[in-house]
Amino acid sequence: MHVPDGFLTAPVSVATGAVAAGGVALAIRGARKELDEKTAPMAGLVAAFIFAVQMMNFPVGAGTSGHLMGGVLAAILVGPYTGALCVTVVLIVQGLLFADGGLTALGTNIVLISLVTTFGGWAIFRVLIRALPKSRVGLLTSGGIAAFLSVPLAALVFVLLYLLGGAVDIDVGALTATMLGVHVLVGIGEALITVAVVGAVVSARPDLVYGARHLTPELTLRTGQKESAS
Amino acid sequence: MSRNRTFLAIGLAVALVIAGIFSYFASSSPDGLEYTAEDTGFLDSARNSATAGSPLADYGVSGVGNEWLSVGLSGIIGVLIVLLIATLLTGLLKRGRTSESADHSTSSADSSSSA
Repeated sequence: MHVPDGFLTAPVSVATGAVAAGGVALAIRGARKELDEKTAPMAGLVAAFIFAVQMMNFPVGAGTSGHLMGGVLAAILVGPYTGALCVTVVLIVQGLLFADGGLTALGTNIVLISLVTTFGGWAIFRVLIRALPKSRVGLLTSGGIAAFLSVPLAALVFVLLYLLGGAVDIDVGALTATMLGVHVLVGIGEALITVAVVGAVVSARPDLVYGARHLTPELTLRTGQKESAS
Repeated sequence: MSRNRTFLAIGLAVALVIAGIFSYFASSSPDGLEYTAEDTGFLDSARNSATAGSPLADYGVSGVGNEWLSVGLSGIIGVLIVLLIATLLTGLLKRGRTSESADHSTSSADSSSSA
């Protein structure tokens, strides 16, 4: 969903740029607390991996494709703040070097593809992980649903931004319907990839999965107050 | 620690294979946003990025004629650049945290929020 230059008016692009800057500043602050011996080495790999998988556009229906956004995947593997930074690094490199996503739209893309999917998806994941059994199945189900929902959520935020300042006057109903319809399909791919990757990592090294820390008792014992974050 | 290194090496190898080899087989159909833009009539408002002239623009290496090699090489370069920047950034933040918590070690009250 990399937004090119020109889709949104300059004021909206400036505004999303400011929101992106604020969000990244927040992520930097939060990441300082998340980064430890486990997450720090993983973060670089997670960003590199997301860049690679984002190159793999998969077909969704006739004449359309989608690719992983990676916000929920990153959040589960290294934590939401660090995860948001990982996706942001990917977006900056894509925008600056690969001409993927516009430069004036960089803030918009960071908001949509990094902040909305990571923090929005993480919020959904947190709710689900408490409701579902504390097991790998519970973890993967929560991750899959959160990943799935994160994509139409980002699509919806794009529609809102377009309402605020789209370059061209168009039928809002058609925009909403098409944007959501296509991205529900892309979301299925997002869920499948997220579940496959988290499943593989949690099988090999459950201790390296930030979102699975509630499954590894020796780590939760460190603070002795599991629910204190809420 | 060596277990971590093994894991990271395998992960990086997978990323490099995806970006360097599999990426060539990615769908070239317009993505969801492009499709929507065309369908609802605002695709023409898109402008070329200021970085459209980059030697890596659109996931190819300019000057490399072979399409597969060009895409794969650009993917490998991208993976390594992203890896480098993200590793440096998170390493820097982690070190910043360590020295910060050392500074504030006398008042342990603020560490209670880190759970």
